[in-house]
Amino acid sequence: MTASLWLGRLLAYRQLTVGLVVIAALVLLGLVGPLFVDVSGAKVGSAIPDLTPSREHPLGTDTVGRDLLSVIIVGTPLTLTIGLIAGVIGLGIGSVFGFIGGYYGGVADNVLHGAADVFLTVPGLLILVVIASATKGAVNVQTEALVVSALAWMWPTRTIRSQVLTMRERGYIQVARFSGTSGARIIVEEMMPNLLPYLAASFVGAVATAILASIGLEALGLGPQNQPTLGMTIYWGLYYTTVMRGLVWWWLPPILIIVLIFVGLFSISAGLDRIMNPRLRSTA
Amino acid sequence: MSAGVLEVKDLRVYYHTSHGTVKAVDGVSFSLAQNERLGLVGESGSGKSTTGLAILRLIKPPGKIEQGEVRLDGIDVLGLSEAEMRRIRLGALALVAQGAMNSLNPVMRVGDQITDALVDHGVRASAREYADRIGQLFERVGLRREIANRFPHELSGGMKQRVCIALAISLRPKVIVADEPTSALDVVVQRQVMDTLADVQTDLGAAVILIGHDMGLMAQFVDRLGVMYAGELVEVSPMEDVYAEPLHPYTRLLIACLPSLEQKGVFTGIPGLPPSLMSPPPGCPFHPRCPHVMERCRIERPVLRQVQSDRWVACHLFGGEAGAE
Amino acid sequence: MTALLEARQLTKVFGGGLLNRRRTQALIDFSLRVDTDPPSITAIVGESGSGKTTLARLLLGLIAPTRGEVAYLGKTFQSMSGEERRAFGRDVQVIFQDPYDAYNPFYKVDHVLAKPIKNFRLAASRRHGLQLIEEALEAVGLRPEDTLGRYPHQLSGGQRQRIMVARALLPKPRLIIADEPVSMVDASLRATILGSLRKLNREFGISLLYITHDLTTAYQISQNIIVLYGGSVAEAGDVELVVQQPKHPYTQLLIGSIPSPNPRHRWTARRSPTDAGALAATNGSCRFVARCPYAMPRCHELHPPFFQTDEHRVVACYLHETAQSTSVGAMDEVFVR
Repeated sequence: MTASLWLGRLLAYRQLTVGLVVIAALVLLGLVGPLFVDVSGAKVGSAIPDLTPSREHPLGTDTVGRDLLSVIIVGTPLTLTIGLIAGVIGLGIGSVFGFIGGYYGGVADNVLHGAADVFLTVPGLLILVVIASATKGAVNVQTEALVVSALAWMWPTRTIRSQVLTMRERGYIQVARFSGTSGARIIVEEMMPNLLPYLAASFVGAVATAILASIGLEALGLGPQNQPTLGMTIYWGLYYTTVMRGLVWWWLPPILIIVLIFVGLFSISAGLDRIMNPRLRSTA
Repeated sequence: MSAGVLEVKDLRVYYHTSHGTVKAVDGVSFSLAQNERLGLVGESGSGKSTTGLAILRLIKPPGKIEQGEVRLDGIDVLGLSEAEMRRIRLGALALVAQGAMNSLNPVMRVGDQITDALVDHGVRASAREYADRIGQLFERVGLRREIANRFPHELSGGMKQRVCIALAISLRPKVIVADEPTSALDVVVQRQVMDTLADVQTDLGAAVILIGHDMGLMAQFVDRLGVMYAGELVEVSPMEDVYAEPLHPYTRLLIACLPSLEQKGVFTGIPGLPPSLMSPPPGCPFHPRCPHVMERCRIERPVLRQVQSDRWVACHLFGGEAGAE
Repeated sequence: MTALLEARQLTKVFGGGLLNRRRTQALIDFSLRVDTDPPSITAIVGESGSGKTTLARLLLGLIAPTRGEVAYLGKTFQSMSGEERRAFGRDVQVIFQDPYDAYNPFYKVDHVLAKPIKNFRLAASRRHGLQLIEEALEAVGLRPEDTLGRYPHQLSGGQRQRIMVARALLPKPRLIIADEPVSMVDASLRATILGSLRKLNREFGISLLYITHDLTTAYQISQNIIVLYGGSVAEAGDVELVVQQPKHPYTQLLIGSIPSPNPRHRWTARRSPTDAGALAATNGSCRFVARCPYAMPRCHELHPPFFQTDEHRVVACYLHETAQSTSVGAMDEVFVR
C-alpha cells in the first residue's frame, strides 16, 4: 500500500519530480563528470585549438586550446553556484524584509516594501552592467554572484510579505499572541513552517533570475574572464564568430545546458505551485 | 405510500478518495408530496446537504451517485442526459444553496442574472416582458422592483438571499431544495427570508425540502421532518410528532440538548462522537453512543420501517413486524 | 476597588478618513465595568453590525478606540509597561469562534497547550507542565490520552473548541472573553462546552464575558445580559427580566424572531419592515429608529439615555421614560451580583 502511495504522490507531483531530476542530473554532471573526464582540459592552452569533435575531444576544442567537454563539465557547476549564492542571499534578505514588514507593519513595512517596489522598477540589467563594468578587473564567480544578488531579493520580499499579511489574521496567530508568544517567535515558529513551499518557490525564482542575469552579463563580456562559466563560453563563442563559422559543437552545448536549467527550475516552480494551490491538483 | 411529486429510493453517494471511500449518503429513501414541506435535519457529516445535491445531480468527482432512484413526477432524474438535466434544474427542480447569496455574479445587476437564467431555459420574450416578469418576481419575494437594477454588493444579506429565492421560483418549479438558506443571516432577517419562502411556496404549490441543522427553524417551517445521522435517515415523522414524542434515540437526545428560552437548566449533550464515514461501525451507526444499545444493534443495521401511520424509524427498539419501506 | 477591565465611553468609527468616505459607527459611547469579585457571567448579545465583535477586539487590545479607552486595573494599553502587559495576558484570556482556524495545521494540538505554560512560566518542570495540561483537559471533559499527540484535523470541532477552553484556563485567568465560542460547533456538542464554561465560573471563580448572536445560549449561561444594536446598548440587566419580559422594541423583535423548536409555538414577532439596507446613521438619533414601529419625533433627534425600569434592568428607549424610572450612568450598576 505504501509503495503505491509513494508512486501515486510522485506521479501527482510529476512536474516537481521532473524538475528536481533535471537539476539533480546537472549537479551530478558537475560532481561526477571529473571522474570520467580529465577536467584539466578546461584550462587555456591544454589542447590543440580549433579541433572538430573526435574521440579524444567529444566536443572539440576552442580557439584558445580548451577541451569543450571539460569546459561544460566545469562551467555548469560554476553557473549553478552563482544561482545558488544569489538565491540564498535573495531569499535571506527577502525573508527578513518580508516577515518584518508584513508582521509589524507601520514605518518599517513602508520603508522595506517601498524599497522593494522601487528597486523592481529600476532596469536591473542596466545597473548590473554599470556595477560590473566598474569592477571589471576583479570579477570572479563569487563577486559576480554578489552583484547579481542585487536583483534577487525584491520578489521574495513581495511574495513573503503578502503571505504574511494574509496569515497574520489567521486564528492561530491570534491565539499565539494571547498565549504570550513574542512577535519574533510567532514569525519563526508559527508562520515559517506553513510558508515552506512559498519560501522554496521564492528561492527557485531567485535562482532563476540570478542565473539569467549572470548569463546576460557574461554574454556582454562582463563576467569572470578566467572562469569558463556557461555564459562566458557563449561570450567566447560570439567573440570568435563560431556561429558564422558553423562550429555547432561550441555554441550549442552551453545553450542546451542553460535550457535544461531553466526547464528544471520552471518545473520545480510549477510543481510547488500545485502543492501550494490545492485547486490546481487534478482530482482522482 | 402513494407516489409523491418526488420519490427517492435507496440513494447512495460515495466519495472515492485516496484514503478510502467515504459513504456520505448510504441508502436514503423518502417521498415528497405536492405542496409539502419536508425538513432534513442533521449535524455535520450526516449527509443532508449531499442528499440535496444528489437530487439535483450536482455531485462532483470524487463523489459519485453509486446507486438509487430519484423520480420527479415519474421521470427518472438519474437517467437523464446532461442536457435534459440542465432543463430540469431550475425548470422543475430548483436549488437555494447554502451561501447562494455569495454566488451572485458581482459584476452583473441582479435582475439581469435572473433574465439570463430565463433565456437559458428557452423563455422567449421582449425586453419589456422580461422586465415585467422580473419585477413581479421581486415583488413576490418582498423586494421593490427597482432592486432589480442594483448590483449584489449594494444589497444586504437578506435581500441577496431573497434574490436567490426569486431566481429559484422564476420558472415555477415543482420542488425547491433549500440547503441552509439562512445560515449566514441574523435571526430577524432569517425570519423574513423564511416567511418569504413560505409565501412563495404556498403561492406556487411547490414542494420544499429544507435542509439544515437548526431544529428551531425546522419546527417553524416544515410539515414533516427527516432526521439524518451518518448518511442515513433514522426517523421520518410529522414535525409535531417528532417534537412531542421523538422515537429514535438520536432524535430524543437531539431534542433534549436544545437550549430553550423557557427554562434555564442543565446542559445535556450527546456523549461520544459522530462515526467515521469511511469506516462506520458495524450494525447501527449510532450504537456506540446510544443509551439503549442492545446486542442486535452491534451486528444488524436497522432498516427504516413504518411503526405508526406516517411515522418511520430505523431502530431495533421498534423492530418486529414491519410495513413495506 | 479598581475594576479588572473597564470600558470608558468607548467609541469606534471605521473609515471617514481621506480615502474612505463612508464612516461606520461601529460602537458608540460604550461603558462597562467588568468586576471579577464576585465572579460573574455577562452576555453581550447582538447581531451582525451590532458592534459586539468590535467591542471584543477593543477589550482585548487588538484595535484602538477612536474615542474613550479600555483600562485594565486602571491602566490603558498604551500606558502599560511590559510587565503589566504580561499580567494582562495572564488575567484576561480569550476563546475565539472558529475551532478550525485557531490551530496551526503544522503542529499537534499539544503545541497550543504548551505555549502558555512556557510563555507565562506556569510550570517548574516539564512533568509539572504536563500535569497542568492534563488537569485542564480533564476540567473541560476531555481525556488526555484521546487528545494529546493528535493533529487538529483528527479531532472534531467540539473537541477542538474544548481544547481551546482548556488553553484559556491554563494561566488561571480572572476573566475569559468568549467570542461566539459555540456557533461553529454542532448542536449536540455545544452543551458540553457551555457546561464547561459555567463550571469554570462556579468552580474556578473565573468571570466570563460571553459574546454571541444566539440569545438562547446567552440566556442559558449568563446572569446579566447586554443587548447591542447598531453600536449602542438597547437594553441591559438581569437576563431573566430581559428575556422573559423584554421592554425595548428591538429586544422584543429579536426574541420574537427566534424559532422555537416547539412547533406549537409559532414565531410571534410581527413582521418588521424590510430592511432598507444600511442603518439610518443620523448622528445622535436612536439607532433603531428606522425599523421601530413606535418611533416618535424625539427618537430621531437624540439617542435616549438609560431608563431604569426595574431594580435590575435598564432600557434605552423613550417609551419607558415614566415617572418612576430615572437615568442611570453605567448600566452595570443594575446588574445582578
